[in-house]
Amino acid sequence: MTLKRGHLLDLESLTAEEITLILDTARSFREVIDRDIKKVPTLRGITVVNLFFEPSTRTRISFELAEKRLSADTINFSKATSSVQKGESLKDTIQNIEAMRTDMVVIRHSSPGAAYFLTQCCNSKVINAGDGAHSHPTQGLLDLFTIREKYNIIKGLRVLIIGDIKHSRVARSNIWGFRKLGAQVAICGPSTLLPYEVEKMGVDVFTDLDEALEGIDVLNILRIQTERQDAGYFPTLREYTELYGINSERLKRLNVGFTIMHPGPMNRGVEITVDVAESTDSVILEQVTNGVAIRMAALYLLMANEPIPSREGVLS
Amino acid sequence: MAELIITGNRVIDPYNGYSGPGTIHISGESIERFDPEFISDLGEFENNVRLINAGDKIVSPGLIDMHVHLREPGREDEETIISGCEAAAAGGFTAICCMPNTRPVIDSQEVVRFIRSRAQYAAARVFVIGAISRGIAGQQLAEIGDMVDAGIVAITDDGKSVMDAQLMRNGMEYAKMFGIPVISHAEDMNLSRGGKVNEGYQATVLGIKGIPSVAEDIIVARDIYLSKFTGTPLHIAHISTEGSVKLVRQAKEEGLRITAEATPHHFTLTDDLLKTFNTNLIVNPPIRTQRDIDAVKEGLRDGTIDCIASDHAPHSPEEKDVEFMEAPFGMIGLETSLGLSLTNLVHTGLLPIETLLKKMTAQPAKILSLPYQGFKSGAPADITIIDLNLEWKVDKAEFKSKSRNSPFIGYELKGKAVYTICKGEVVYAESHIT
Repeated sequence: MTLKRGHLLDLESLTAEEITLILDTARSFREVIDRDIKKVPTLRGITVVNLFFEPSTRTRISFELAEKRLSADTINFSKATSSVQKGESLKDTIQNIEAMRTDMVVIRHSSPGAAYFLTQCCNSKVINAGDGAHSHPTQGLLDLFTIREKYNIIKGLRVLIIGDIKHSRVARSNIWGFRKLGAQVAICGPSTLLPYEVEKMGVDVFTDLDEALEGIDVLNILRIQTERQDAGYFPTLREYTELYGINSERLKRLNVGFTIMHPGPMNRGVEITVDVAESTDSVILEQVTNGVAIRMAALYLLMANEPIPSREGVLS
Repeated sequence: MAELIITGNRVIDPYNGYSGPGTIHISGESIERFDPEFISDLGEFENNVRLINAGDKIVSPGLIDMHVHLREPGREDEETIISGCEAAAAGGFTAICCMPNTRPVIDSQEVVRFIRSRAQYAAARVFVIGAISRGIAGQQLAEIGDMVDAGIVAITDDGKSVMDAQLMRNGMEYAKMFGIPVISHAEDMNLSRGGKVNEGYQATVLGIKGIPSVAEDIIVARDIYLSKFTGTPLHIAHISTEGSVKLVRQAKEEGLRITAEATPHHFTLTDDLLKTFNTNLIVNPPIRTQRDIDAVKEGLRDGTIDCIASDHAPHSPEEKDVEFMEAPFGMIGLETSLGLSLTNLVHTGLLPIETLLKKMTAQPAKILSLPYQGFKSGAPADITIIDLNLEWKVDKAEFKSKSRNSPFIGYELKGKAVYTICKGEVVYAESHIT
């Protein structure tokens, strides 16, 4: 079975079967990255461009590692050192890079829809590595993968996403992904950071954290950005922590065997306390490791039905 | 002696409440005579007279679009006065009003005179609307008196709201002296800041900062109160929300001199379409929800909304072929306005053709005191002949506008202007009709 699409742009448009295929494929790659020689020839001869218009540590390195582990050639683009500084448009940028015969593009951009835009102005296969507050499909997939590894099944789990839902692509990708695989999803945050009519996405909406935590299996704690305080979404970080910070005291309401997730980067002591982040229930670093496997799976599946030399390359 | 004679079975004159057969004799730039009868055989006339037999097509006074952005001066690559007027003629419009957000802004007599002189030989008449504030900066009044002297018909800071209520009040008081209305672009810019699309479920899913409907409602309410207080006629541009339609309805019931326009895109497109990330859908005010569309349509039906205007806003491909958040607001509309109105309002049974034409002729003329009086001796010979049943597809290559930023490309529409006559001259004829 292959992915019947040329791009990975969001989770909203993926079917449960496609998501499951990616997760299953990632499991094979997860074994690869635990080996001594963490490399397979799968994408040999393929060139992948990492087009990062926003700062990123985890996602950029994770993609680059995934590409390298698959033996692809990688090009790293960052806005600060490119001709974008001279006013070159995104369209011209990608078309010029592509003219050098590249095959895939991984894009991180602040504008929602930037990855869709790329699919319209180039022939490469596109993976969305985060477009504004819209979507971050590989993050959603690695969260699903991590939870599935722990519980074996997603269906029936109760997942709570806490924090700045309004500006979060992670929240949106988690909502679509977990719901498609049958989990029950709730969100909780100050009402100023809950987007308009978000309940229509099929989630339970809370503003009272203690109420929201009742009977939850999985907790995904979002990063709170200090800029939001300046923009007037909440009065102070202190008050935010007071109302929405996760500390061990609060976790008593969770189900036995609960799990703590955070997409990073963390503001320790603000949305999450150190003891929670580092507890045995936390899978935060596991998420990061799994991210590489998920990205390997995505890269592989998008290229798998292409008639290219590297197709001979096998997993093992 | 007439030089052009137009006869038809369905002459509609919203200025004089006439609907029936008619023959219009045109001499020079004006109407010589109107006879309420159809002449099936035009053979009796001299050879040197041009004859148009409209048959069962609609013969209407020339259409007026009171909300158009011509990009001259400043962005002649996107539209010029000449190209904008050609687009107008192709869309059936014989008169358009140009908005002041050019570069330089229309805030002085010189710019008004420049536009009027450029428009002299264009395919449509151009009536100029001046700025309320100098540079549309919302700080101090523009030289409104001077601009009235040069011929402006209204003032507005369109594209932005006058956020300072005191300045808006002064603009109204001042406009009143000269007997011109104030046009309000209603948008609370603190509420809309950073927004790109309607704040609704679609914006939530797409993660795009929204412009809430209340940003419009608040300023519509404020400006209605200011109009009431100052006694200056107020016109609400591009009304787009259920809330502001209600406010205008209430104001009219109260007897206030409030009028409003709606654009074809605001009664046609919902924000559901945004999932395509088509930057041609980015417009201000944003396309909203079905609920708002229903309210706008009801407003058009019950007379709350007086006219239809396109808010024709040309943008270059360099500006629109970019990431979603980078693209500017605006879509072109002159060449699709009539087709969309006929398709979505008349053919659906919402409005009789007479009512639609009134909203595209007599009502804008009345709001702006334009020198039109329908088919009467001595009136300007501006006429539009409309084929109600002509089915056509919006084709990017056919636009007369210099810009192509229309979300309606590919739409199948029913009804089109087939002849446009301005100042007694045929300025547009549908190509397959001779």
